[in-house]
Amino acid sequence: MRRRVIWAIVIALLAVAPFIPIGVPGLFTGPIQSPGTLQVLAVGLVFAGLAMSYDVIFGYTGLLSFGHALPFALGVYGTNLLMDPIGLNYPLAVPVAVVGVVVVSGILGSVALRTTGVAFAMVTLAFAEAFSLLVLTDPLRFLGGEEGLTLASDQVPDIFRGVLNLKYIYWLALLFALIVLVVASRVVSSRAGRVFEAIRENEARVEMLGLHPFQFKLASFLISSGLAGLGGAVYLLVVRGANVGTTTAEFTLSILVMVVLGGAGKLWGAAIGGFIYGILTLRLSAVATSEAIEGLPNWLSGPLSEPLFFLGVLFVLLMLFAPGGISSILSRARPVRSA
Amino acid sequence: MSSFVLFTISGLGLAGLYFLLASGLSLIFGLMSVLNLAHGAFFAAGGYAAWFVMDSFDGVSPGLRFVIAVIAASLVGAAAGALVERGLIRKLYGRHTEQILLTIGLGTAAVALMGGWFTYDPRLLEQPRWFVDTTEIAGANIPNNRLLILAVAIVLFIALMTFLTRTKHGLIIRAGVENPSMVRALGIDVARSFTIVFALGGLLAGIGGALGAVFFNGISPALGTTQLIFAFIVVVIGGLGSIPGTALASVLVALTQVYVNNYGASGMGSISVVILLAAVLLIRPQGLLGRVQP
Repeated sequence: MRRRVIWAIVIALLAVAPFIPIGVPGLFTGPIQSPGTLQVLAVGLVFAGLAMSYDVIFGYTGLLSFGHALPFALGVYGTNLLMDPIGLNYPLAVPVAVVGVVVVSGILGSVALRTTGVAFAMVTLAFAEAFSLLVLTDPLRFLGGEEGLTLASDQVPDIFRGVLNLKYIYWLALLFALIVLVVASRVVSSRAGRVFEAIRENEARVEMLGLHPFQFKLASFLISSGLAGLGGAVYLLVVRGANVGTTTAEFTLSILVMVVLGGAGKLWGAAIGGFIYGILTLRLSAVATSEAIEGLPNWLSGPLSEPLFFLGVLFVLLMLFAPGGISSILSRARPVRSA
Repeated sequence: MSSFVLFTISGLGLAGLYFLLASGLSLIFGLMSVLNLAHGAFFAAGGYAAWFVMDSFDGVSPGLRFVIAVIAASLVGAAAGALVERGLIRKLYGRHTEQILLTIGLGTAAVALMGGWFTYDPRLLEQPRWFVDTTEIAGANIPNNRLLILAVAIVLFIALMTFLTRTKHGLIIRAGVENPSMVRALGIDVARSFTIVFALGGLLAGIGGALGAVFFNGISPALGTTQLIFAFIVVVIGGLGSIPGTALASVLVALTQVYVNNYGASGMGSISVVILLAAVLLIRPQGLLGRVQP
């Protein structure tokens, strides 16, 4: 019960954020309701949803996919391409793109799931990398290459246009995070979700019980990919374009960082991890260029001005000292938990 | 015809680089079930070590300097590998997912560290005059450095196979890949082999980095990470833990890439490699020379 109250308060606070005139000094440059801050928060919310979608396959089903950037990027690029050359409007392009992502993931997933464990990680990485290279080299000249694509804003409804309407995009990001939360928690607590966890714990045993792990793994892969694709469609509006950065292996690794940072195998942990990561990465680049660091000797200031250096070191420390992530630290600090 | 010979030998040189990176990965994975995502950083570290030697020892003749550079690169790689295994991987013994995640963090931090020190612009490696001269083979003018990379890779392949089949440590490593618990039950210290394979993997990757700096005309922090993805593909196609499989797959992957890039659409080479991977997995999920996991 107590957990529900906390959830309700958090969601209510997030929902009214566009009306909060006070700022958080040191974290955001303007008050919370300013467009700049809302955009940062919207990125955090999209990442929270994305991290939860990844948690379904990684944390719950135990499949280490290194290609989760792919469905997300397909959502970003697919939605925009459906709007620009093809001419659908945004509310129609989104579901079509999500269906497309699920179909593509079905094909790739059924190949990749022929392997297990680390080989699965490598194969999913290779698929995602192939798309990344396709975007980057862009042999057919429609994916924008290194420059990316700008948002096809003609097809986007008026309320999602302009800086003053940023609060609607923010609410869309919040809605996306809530959809993922509801769908993912339904899935993991369903009977199929129990099988997902059983596969994570002992796949051979599941097979022995007369179930086909492959089908469940594919189902988990598809749900996770579909939700990520939806996230991509929202992210397209938040950052107003498709960027090759979302296709890369680095982006997959950052999704992994989000989930592990928050705590794999707990949806709320992943959500916190994604949200904090989204805000932290923007913040770290500000720290990295700060005067305190620029004053240091060269051999120190060089690495310290790299946000990824902090992130990597943080990740190593996390693995050594708190492999369960933030959520395990919180749970440990508060041992009495309401079930 | 002459361009075909050039592409083939260039492709074989690339195959040599893939082999140097992938063989260490494959051994480490085979023995310890650790997917080392920091392996690309060993490659880059070797490249920078070679660059540093070529850049600062200008009193020595370029040819000799390059030999020193390769040795320095191999030492840096081996030391990095041994340190990572002793200092970090060992702490998470038996927890494979955490070990993989740790190497991700390590790889990310190491690339950023090198980026901070050396910037992200490629550092050009000074090459001995002889490297850029060409040798005529079957009517094609082949740059000598391609031939050198190929020769070094072949020598290292033979040395590695000899080490694995003829020495006691090699025997323990092969036995450990096959059945680690049985080896441990026989009272053999597998943990020492862990350090050896990590150092060996680092050594090969370090040499790969030095040669890669020649092949790609310079070294940049993320070069190893880019190559690592192809090394993964090589390892999976070859079969996890099989060194001859890795060698075969290196040649297959590199030649596919080079031929498609030059005869098909440029930029499609990498994508065709992924298609090759999918095809191999559909026909033989355990890889070309890999065995079905018990």
